[in-house]
Amino acid sequence: MSAHAKPAPIEFKFWTPGVMVMVAFMVTGLPFVIARYVGGLAAVTNLDNTHPWGLWIGIDVATGVALAAGGFTTAALAHIFGKHQYEAVTRPALLTAMLGYTLVALGLAIDVGRTWALWHPIIYWQPDSVLFEVAMCVIIYLHILYIEFIPIVVERLKGKISLPGPLGSFNNTIEALLELADRILGKVMWLFIIAGVVLSCMHQSGLGSLMLIAPTKLHPLWYTPILPLLFLTSAITVGYPMVVFETTVATSSLRLDGEMDVLTPLTRITIFLLGIYMCLKMGDMVVRGTYVYLLDGTAQSKAFLVEMLVGVIIPWLMLISPRVRRSRRALFIACTLIVLGVVLNRVNVFLVGFQPPYAEKAYFPAIGEMAVTAALIAGLMFIYRVCVTYLPVLSSRPQEVSS
Amino acid sequence: MEINRRQFFGIAGTMAGGALACKPKKTQAARTLKAPPDPYGCLMDITACVGCRKCEEACNRVNNLPPPQVSFDDPRPLERKRRPVVTAYTVVNRYHTGKRDQRNQLIPTFVKVQCMHCQDPGCVSACIVGALTKKDNGAVHYDASKCIGCRYCMVACPFQIPAYDYHDPLTPKVHKSTFCYHLIIKEGGKPACAVICPVEAITFGKRRQLLGLARQKIKNDPGRYLDRIYGEHEVGGTSWLYISGEPFEKLGFLDLPTRPIPHLTETIQHGMFRYMWAPLSLFAVLGGFMWTFNRKQITGDSEPERKEGSI
Repeated sequence: MSAHAKPAPIEFKFWTPGVMVMVAFMVTGLPFVIARYVGGLAAVTNLDNTHPWGLWIGIDVATGVALAAGGFTTAALAHIFGKHQYEAVTRPALLTAMLGYTLVALGLAIDVGRTWALWHPIIYWQPDSVLFEVAMCVIIYLHILYIEFIPIVVERLKGKISLPGPLGSFNNTIEALLELADRILGKVMWLFIIAGVVLSCMHQSGLGSLMLIAPTKLHPLWYTPILPLLFLTSAITVGYPMVVFETTVATSSLRLDGEMDVLTPLTRITIFLLGIYMCLKMGDMVVRGTYVYLLDGTAQSKAFLVEMLVGVIIPWLMLISPRVRRSRRALFIACTLIVLGVVLNRVNVFLVGFQPPYAEKAYFPAIGEMAVTAALIAGLMFIYRVCVTYLPVLSSRPQEVSS
Repeated sequence: MEINRRQFFGIAGTMAGGALACKPKKTQAARTLKAPPDPYGCLMDITACVGCRKCEEACNRVNNLPPPQVSFDDPRPLERKRRPVVTAYTVVNRYHTGKRDQRNQLIPTFVKVQCMHCQDPGCVSACIVGALTKKDNGAVHYDASKCIGCRYCMVACPFQIPAYDYHDPLTPKVHKSTFCYHLIIKEGGKPACAVICPVEAITFGKRRQLLGLARQKIKNDPGRYLDRIYGEHEVGGTSWLYISGEPFEKLGFLDLPTRPIPHLTETIQHGMFRYMWAPLSLFAVLGGFMWTFNRKQITGDSEPERKEGSI
């Protein structure tokens, strides 16, 4: 049986213990969100005047955007560079990106002081601001992701619209609309695919430029003029490992075929990309002479060493071995380390490496911040689960009983 | 991908051509200082300040801030190093640098802290909606009606000045010295702190003249002053200037670079996005790749592979 039939909804019991855990996390986060809108940010966060950005920016926004990069890297590979053998992972990666960016927008909405004014950048343009560029790209890209997702929904609904009772008279109209959407999108989708890649490159690097506005506050191990390039490279690098990570998690928990025939070649590209990132990071350290900070024993130097060793060097050495790339478990570990490395990098740039003057105490996230972040991530996983259950996203077929 | 050859070439070609036409002929010259030509400023003579906190009181009154927990006549708040907060846009701190008088008593030195009103401010460059602007009269002005509360200005400020209403759930504001914008736009208007100072430690005037005055003071009394004007060159210059008899490092001042804070980010942003040349070129290049690698599908030469090409 071919492992790559057409993508189809999966047949698996929905309310598994894992799904219950997700719901539990979502429910736990809710009171903290309510508290934030009753008592202000002070009620649930440890933010202060010297630490204006915390976990929600470091994880929900910066890391969320980086880890959603699988959406544009797989689209580029399969649709632009014509490597159609990777089609199987484009839909789940697209879904992750769409949900990831939705989470970014939600996280940001909770974090900004005036949630109701979140749309202001659309009319009050400020092109000097890096944040403005990032915001515009993210707004447009989020819409592109939704547009790219429409055909999947259309594919599911086409020919199956039968509204109950009096609404039944709209059936034909809706069918016609779906048909129209499908036809138009089929013609213009290439525009959106390329635009999605361009916008991703713009705001992934833009996120790296954000902290360049604080030359006196960001630790020299991370403050480098090539920070935007490092952010872009690491985002492109983490795209495929993230696909491996989530495909492995999804296929093992849904008892589907592991898709190793796609994942193994996919990570060969990662050796090259991660290698470039590693060279850039190390070259930058040598050129700027920041290795003097490496062994000074501060939290920052330790965080940098962990980020480089665990997140870059070890997984790179692992991936070189063909044995690792063929082993489902070893490949999963290597890819998880790369994902972790990017998480650590974003946390280091936005939180650990941020050393404001006059700070009375160091920042550490409050319970409320962690609960809301956990709730958002659980929410993302929950909606992912709903989507793969009802929409044709995953191409993988159930494992055969004998295997 | 259902699109015919002509359509594809038409659109992709237009974009490529546009990108090439827009590409700047040479890379942009280094960013120049963005600063009003003749702004006002304040010169604070640290050697004159007696720490009476009258400026704090005037600031509180003119900005309609809530009454303080400890009266402005009470010197006890001077015992700890304070920072400007939501309820106080300026604070005076007391330092003992080790200087002693004839009776061997430590001599206190007082420093007033508030927004420096940078000439080329990081917060203004950072602000996502332009809620912060540098006015011609020197004030860095905050317009709460535009603000979305992202707090990027607080990340950007090298002096760590903006304070945030973390307790307000829906309409929090960024709080910082206004330079008494509403007073100084009027003829003869001055900031409240400069008006009230009983020892005339704060002089309000055109920044250019204040720099001259500061140099004059330093020249006339080199025993009293160090030969340095803090704010003349820091982060590209600030509207508030300080002269002191003791090293600024001992008085809580930061050692800052002379390059304006927005220099690097704006050089990158305007370099990449001038006429959108970088994104448009990338779009054209990717379009080229897409054409090259998917030609069969695009022209429809081979078997219809529609399912593969579409998302």
